[in-house]
Amino acid sequence: MSATPTTETKPAPPAVETIKVKVDGKEIAVPKTMPDPLTGKPVPTTMIQACALATVDVPHYCYHPKLPVVGNCRMCLVEFGTPAMGPDRKPVINPDGTPKIAKSPRPAIACATPISPGMEIYTTTPGVKQMREGVLEFLLINHPLDCPICDQAGECKLQEYSVDYGQATSRFVEEKVHKPKQVDLGPRIVLDDERCILCTRCIRFSKDIAGDDALGIVNRGSYNTLSAYPGKAFDNNYTLNTVDICPVGALTSKDFRFKMRVWFLKETKSVCTSCATGCNIVIGSREEKIYRYEPRENDAVNSCWMCDTGRLNYKWIGSENRLTEVRIGKETTTWTNALKEISGKLANVKAGSVAMVASARQTNEELFLLAKLGKKFNALTDSVPRMQEGDKLLVSADRNPNSNGAKLTGISPAQMGSNLPKIAEGIRNGSIKTLIVFGEDVTKHGIGADLLGKLETLIVSEILPNKTTELAHYILPGCAHAEKRGSFVNGKGRVQRFLKAVEPKGDARPEWEFLHELVYQVTGQNGFASIEGLFNQMAQEVPAFNGVTWAALGDTGVTIQI
Amino acid sequence: MIVKRDKLNFWERLYLPAIIGGFKVTLRHFFKKKITMQYPEEKWVVPPGYRGAPYLVKDQEDRTKCVSCQLCEFVCPPKAIRITPPGPAGSPEAGNVEKAPKEFEINMLRCIFCGFCQEVCPEEAIFLMQDYSLTGTSRKEMIYNKEKLLALGGVHQDKIQKWKQKADEAKEQGVKP
Repeated sequence: MSATPTTETKPAPPAVETIKVKVDGKEIAVPKTMPDPLTGKPVPTTMIQACALATVDVPHYCYHPKLPVVGNCRMCLVEFGTPAMGPDRKPVINPDGTPKIAKSPRPAIACATPISPGMEIYTTTPGVKQMREGVLEFLLINHPLDCPICDQAGECKLQEYSVDYGQATSRFVEEKVHKPKQVDLGPRIVLDDERCILCTRCIRFSKDIAGDDALGIVNRGSYNTLSAYPGKAFDNNYTLNTVDICPVGALTSKDFRFKMRVWFLKETKSVCTSCATGCNIVIGSREEKIYRYEPRENDAVNSCWMCDTGRLNYKWIGSENRLTEVRIGKETTTWTNALKEISGKLANVKAGSVAMVASARQTNEELFLLAKLGKKFNALTDSVPRMQEGDKLLVSADRNPNSNGAKLTGISPAQMGSNLPKIAEGIRNGSIKTLIVFGEDVTKHGIGADLLGKLETLIVSEILPNKTTELAHYILPGCAHAEKRGSFVNGKGRVQRFLKAVEPKGDARPEWEFLHELVYQVTGQNGFASIEGLFNQMAQEVPAFNGVTWAALGDTGVTIQI
Repeated sequence: MIVKRDKLNFWERLYLPAIIGGFKVTLRHFFKKKITMQYPEEKWVVPPGYRGAPYLVKDQEDRTKCVSCQLCEFVCPPKAIRITPPGPAGSPEAGNVEKAPKEFEINMLRCIFCGFCQEVCPEEAIFLMQDYSLTGTSRKEMIYNKEKLLALGGVHQDKIQKWKQKADEAKEQGVKP
């Protein structure tokens, strides 16, 4: 793990020797070694990796590309052959000139068997099919088959492989072994031991990735039971990843449990906003309601994981007390009126009498437009730093998702937060008369309610109400990241874009949309009315983003020099 | 295309023969067996296997058989079914079944009586019954909720009772079901 999420880009594959193998008759060259998922050291390439490179699917339960191999589920059994050797230790050649292949008398598990030159792997033979059917039948012997009440239904490997290799009826007439159900495994996890197929993915993840050796298997034979260490709670900050990697419904999330069936969820690619790591996520939503976040694989950022704090930090988006109305003072108005009045006010301000506090939770595009606005008035600008303790795995000490974006666009000084006292002082001595606040409660950051009361104009864009919005002269309701498109620059300089999952609440609009209008009305500079155009314009004007385009960001982002 | 009409001949132009012919047919039907039903005083008895309105059922032990798996909601072509799952706390009253719907609504204005819900149900909890004439005075009234659906559905004799069987087996093995 230490190797994968911390690397800045995908490490350029070092010149590794390749060897040729045949997968189902198709010859491909595969690297002789691949990096070990934990240490990153080169280890011999396995058959399952070769099959993956040949885009041949090998069913598996216990194997996970980011976890150590144990080879206990036996689902990935394949047949193979190697070039036959003559008594002279030279390959035997067929009459047609091809090397003679000696088929192995026994199958091998693809996840733990290294490849060798000239090896042939067979994954579609009747024997392999029979083996898969056999393994699946064994796994289902004690499985409770309670799919109607199981949260995993719809994304369950047992279900998927049963479609391919299962039987319509069970030959097992004996009584199934019953194990504990609804076991409270920790603050966020429920365990159903009957459903567990003992693949030990969760154990390996906890021990080797999360570094919290809390899980283990007790009892013997068919009484094997997954359990937490007695007296030890399974409560590290990464427990919910075990729910993701559990191939069946044994581990389920207490938060998502019985809330919605997974096949209803629309999946939107996004980025977590809980810290500067910017873990890639998939937002699961249905009918404008967000149900869950799940990590999305990005080896340059978060591998396959994310922390529980970030994962559960979505409920505020659907909060009842969201700001949904554009307001002038306490009066509800329309966007057209509010923007007209604001631009009218801003047209008459003296340069230097404007200050701006824009959150480092805003997107690059929004900060770029705000910086344009700030430049026009020669405004004092800043963001609010959020430094807390990070951890070794994914949580960054910086809890702002876009601190680097704020710095690169010029909103925040190199020392974030250093301008805040100056802004407070400016308001106190009357030199600053207009304050524009985006996404922060400045009363908590040194600009108290008494100072805000002295302002002539206080323009606030926020998502949830707070002390600052109470005092605002203009309230412009903004959007959560799930309700708009945009990009962030994470702590290591990775520019990542996120897409819109749900519609904004009420009258709320994406900030970049109304900022685009405001910038046009105030400065006369017409920008782009689309996020793609806006990003590309920013990429041209802000040196750090030079050469990057919205399209080039793709799903996993681009690393820039910061 | 133009269809050419033949000119009526004298006999046809008289009209009377045709009218008399018509009355003859009418008269014949006076003495035949009546096939019209005096609906709504007289009600049609539906044949077995008829697909009427879908209702929810309870088993003989008064357990709501639906476990809120939402397959019917998924399969429903006109999207007439809307289920609210119980949420993280589950349904404590359901015992080892863990789940029961918090709310179950069928919009009978949308329902096309196709029977997919009955076919897809893994718990035999929803059946198309014999009601074919559903009326109401508002759209809202035509959205049947869980309570109404259960009352209309009645009891279904479950021969297997798989959840009870599971609980009994577990108890026998000394495991809390």
